[in-house]
Amino acid sequence: MGLEYVRISPGFEKYMPRDYVDLVKFGQFGREVDVMQLGQFKELVEEHPMCAGCYMAYFIRIFYAALPKPEDTIVLGTAGCARLALSQAAVPFIYGNYGDTNAVASGLKRALSIRFPDKDKDVVVIAGDGGLMDIGFGMTMHSWFRGEKFTTIMVDNEVYGNTGGQESGMSPKGVQLKMAPLGKKFDKINAVQLAIDAGCVYVAKISPTNPKKIAKVVRRAIFAARKFGPTFIHAYTSCNIEYSIPTREVLADARKREKEDFKFFEWMTDEVKEYLEEIERKEKERKKQEVKS
Amino acid sequence: MTERKPEQRVVDPEYLILEAPRERKFITGSQAFAEAIKRANVDIAIAYPITPQSETMHLVGDLYAQGYVKDYYRAEEEYGAMSAIAGAVRGGARAFSATSGPGLLRGLEAIVSWPGHRRPAVLGVMTRVVNAPLSIQPDNVEISYLLNCGMIVLHAENQQDVFDFTLAGFVISEKVDVYIPVAVCTEGFFVTHAKGYVDLPPEDMKLPPRDPYKAPVPPTDCEIPPARIQRDAPVQKSNFMSYLIHAVWQQEIWSANNRARKWIKHYLGGLVEVVNPDAEVFIVASGCAAAQGREAQRYAEMEGLNVGLVKVKSIRPFPAQEIREVLKKAKAVIVPEHNIVGWLAKEVKAVIPNSGIVVDGPRVYGGMTLPVELIMEKIYEAFGVKKAKKTVV
Repeated sequence: MGLEYVRISPGFEKYMPRDYVDLVKFGQFGREVDVMQLGQFKELVEEHPMCAGCYMAYFIRIFYAALPKPEDTIVLGTAGCARLALSQAAVPFIYGNYGDTNAVASGLKRALSIRFPDKDKDVVVIAGDGGLMDIGFGMTMHSWFRGEKFTTIMVDNEVYGNTGGQESGMSPKGVQLKMAPLGKKFDKINAVQLAIDAGCVYVAKISPTNPKKIAKVVRRAIFAARKFGPTFIHAYTSCNIEYSIPTREVLADARKREKEDFKFFEWMTDEVKEYLEEIERKEKERKKQEVKS
Repeated sequence: MTERKPEQRVVDPEYLILEAPRERKFITGSQAFAEAIKRANVDIAIAYPITPQSETMHLVGDLYAQGYVKDYYRAEEEYGAMSAIAGAVRGGARAFSATSGPGLLRGLEAIVSWPGHRRPAVLGVMTRVVNAPLSIQPDNVEISYLLNCGMIVLHAENQQDVFDFTLAGFVISEKVDVYIPVAVCTEGFFVTHAKGYVDLPPEDMKLPPRDPYKAPVPPTDCEIPPARIQRDAPVQKSNFMSYLIHAVWQQEIWSANNRARKWIKHYLGGLVEVVNPDAEVFIVASGCAAAQGREAQRYAEMEGLNVGLVKVKSIRPFPAQEIREVLKKAKAVIVPEHNIVGWLAKEVKAVIPNSGIVVDGPRVYGGMTLPVELIMEKIYEAFGVKKAKKTVV
């Protein structure tokens, strides 16, 4: 059904909330938007209670704008900052228990495949470094080992932001945080290498400084997951509160990290590469046609 | 891969559970679970090994290989398994899993959130010791951990109960006015690994598939409105609205639990079974202890002692009214149990006005059997009968 469920039944437009009507009329359902046109269409997520200057909120905004098929997408999250925005988007959101995202997504994706074998239903996990690499580590890894066909996006702020700034496995070594009063004693976990070794078919690491690039990576991860297996994006989404980054310097910080340990990295299997090239070639052709007509 | 599709036809649950001709088989409790799954039109089963549950999920795996179950996998551990069950049920599938003792406790955080998320499913619980020192033997203390989460908790006495409770469990769980999960508990080994007679309906019949749209809370499958779930997320905040939403939601879970009574009566013949309702002294028991209680009641009757039995089939919802009614004139109530804490005795005491008549025990734990003689001793005490202790050499 997909698109059909977001449509408003004839005659009901005037009773539906304005916000909902706008979503259907001027939103992303049933059409692809260009992230560079943010502000010119009704976005899937608008209001959220995340902190001013939160880079994670920015990433999430771009993520939603990049969705190839929002009317057939389900997002899963867990405890942490991200879910504050995710739960308010116009895309079904599942908030389970602590760190359970990749297990819940496994069951969900399998159920949808049983019930709708001929449809693409995109399942995307967006969880933090604590959720995916600490408390949910086993479930994250095993969903990859099993080859589950959904996308995992780690919004890595290098700290437990929502519980008040505790050390996570993704915090850099030496950083002094709550629960690490003498500074973190071990290195940041190499999540990207783990993802490759565990069987992800598409893996990317990104410091989200370029919205076009973020959108491209998100779409690639979702397309590859539909057909081939697990995909993973490791995104640096700084916590300006716990790391005391002045709001106006958040982007500069992301750029700095991009030059250091968050250099853009992308890895995929040969068949994924071939598949994505084919999709992107067709997209280009279609856009050319559109411009012509 | 070859198409695996066993020949089965969908029949009305009323017919399959209550009317279809039955054939008697001599099978284990694990097999009884599997026979129920075979007829339950299950979409997905998720397994994780733990003794004594494993055999059941091996058999369910065989059903997957034969095409009776559409999807099946061995999970990473119980928290992962029970979380994946939540995901599958949320996606509209009919799902089954089973676990034992420490596995149940490991999966508990996920399991206790199923009712609140309105996830209908059936969970097999084959009880075993959970506390140290380690043991794999039957002891049902783990059931007490399930009693406060809102799910329906049934306790099977034998292999026949396992089959009936499991098959009916799916139907009860998916009733629109219920829509919470069902735990089918039974003692590990004593029931799962021992054989008993089970009357089975034909294996070429199955329940209708789950209809996830016949639901008080819709599935998450992008097929039904609304698209925007919430503009604000009040449940996640510390304000009065969040307290209120949580409170009314939990009230509704427990009301749903309560509303399951009529379906348990309809499909399973009641929340309790009473033997000799005019007795002076009663044994109130559930699960395997009810089987031993049944024997004790028979012995007592042979000895001319007026003893009755109340077998509690449903622990949640708890048959408070039924028990109060039966025990109205009782002068003593004996509650034999397979655990050290006596959770059933506490439940019984809480629902009668004269809790002093409840005898605490006999209780065995750590895997011990429950000899009928132990119950008989309590019966003699209740009647003031003095018996010379027999010494068996």
